[in-house]
Amino acid sequence: MPPAMALHSLANPARFQRLSRRILWPVAILATVLLAIGLYLGLVEAPPDYQQGQSVRIMFVHVPAAWMALMAYVVLAGCAASLLIWRHPLADVAARATAPIGAGLTFICLATGSLWGKPTWGTWWVWDARLTSMLVLLFLYVGYIALANAFDDRERGSRAAAILALAGLINLPIIKFSVDWWYTLHQPASVLRLDGPTIHSSLLVPLLVMAAGYLFYFVAVLLLRIDAGLMARKLEAMAQSGRGK
Amino acid sequence: MNRFLLVLRHDLRLALRQASDGLTVLTFFLLAVSLFPLGVGPEPALLARIAPGILWVGALLAALLSLDRLYQSDLDDGTLDLLLTSDAALPLLALARAAAHWLTTGLPLTLLAGLLAAMLGMASDAVPPLLLGLLLGTPTLSLLGSLGAALIVGSRRAGPLIPLLILPLCVPVLIFGVAAGDLAGGAGVEFPLTVLAALLLGTLALAPWGVAAALRAAGE
Repeated sequence: MPPAMALHSLANPARFQRLSRRILWPVAILATVLLAIGLYLGLVEAPPDYQQGQSVRIMFVHVPAAWMALMAYVVLAGCAASLLIWRHPLADVAARATAPIGAGLTFICLATGSLWGKPTWGTWWVWDARLTSMLVLLFLYVGYIALANAFDDRERGSRAAAILALAGLINLPIIKFSVDWWYTLHQPASVLRLDGPTIHSSLLVPLLVMAAGYLFYFVAVLLLRIDAGLMARKLEAMAQSGRGK
Repeated sequence: MNRFLLVLRHDLRLALRQASDGLTVLTFFLLAVSLFPLGVGPEPALLARIAPGILWVGALLAALLSLDRLYQSDLDDGTLDLLLTSDAALPLLALARAAAHWLTTGLPLTLLAGLLAAMLGMASDAVPPLLLGLLLGTPTLSLLGSLGAALIVGSRRAGPLIPLLILPLCVPVLIFGVAAGDLAGGAGVEFPLTVLAALLLGTLALAPWGVAAALRAAGE
């Protein structure tokens, strides 16, 4: 079977459900183990930063959340595109399942960043390029969720929201770019940053372990939510056919 | 092309017959801008400095105000079905609708902004680039806005939804539009205006297709 065909056969909800139930537990366990190891390495083993002290440890929760928040948007846009192009019912369930996870990750990123900013920058919030573009990302997620649920006809909401998700995907780099530019214009770089090209391996290893943990966590929650979404639709269909009799 | 002009003329004629709708948008703009001196204080130096921001935010909100009925009325009276079943290119019709929206909101807002810039005490050499920026930026807002309006056709709660969908997408236009009128910002005038023109061209090429896809989804 060519790879494209294999992907398409996964679009069959029943087959997807069988497969996802089989891999859900291993993925969830892997996520738990990786997050536990990563948190141990990050919170206990890693040395405190000489400038930021202990607060540098927030980074191990914060940075992977930011990465996954962006990746979740790419997943969302991919599902949206395959919904519009092939009209896979599974793509719709997957897109709707992804959006709240992405919004949650974006929120974690903003909240931990704010907690980190208070001791480091001396303020909860700075209108800095990254903060602002993550805030816009959160608005894009919220807009997607609001639009997807704004219609009595679910199919209609899914397609409208999918178009919005794609428009957001085109705009995201432009927003990022414009906000970066705006930031350099109004605020000279006075903010110390950790994410230079030189990051010590004692910090990098826990960071990468945490990132892998977040990735598996994302996959596990996504599989669970897709499963729940498919079952909810089945229930709906049964209720409708029951009413028809 | 004929159909483009037909839709454009139809929309403009409708706008002229219901001129009070257009005046509401302009009045809103005027009111919103005049709230700022009341809010931040009448100090001329401060007002002159934040005037580009005030004018852009005011124009953005005013342009959004007029969007919620842009395609909803077409669904209600059946025009949408006719548009969908006609052999005309749907993106072209979407473009005409957006152009009509700009001619009835973006253009008057830009003209009014010149007056308001003087009232806020903006430096006179910063006003022409700001107005040019509005001239280049407001069509982008109309195009993005018509995408938002097409997406929410037939939804349960139209009103507050459009700003939620469209405002995040408008961020680049706002940033570069304000920069064009901010001579002290050090970005020059040419660069932000060029970017605004690029954003307009990009939106001009893509948004009509998005609107067409959204309308097809609404018609099913």
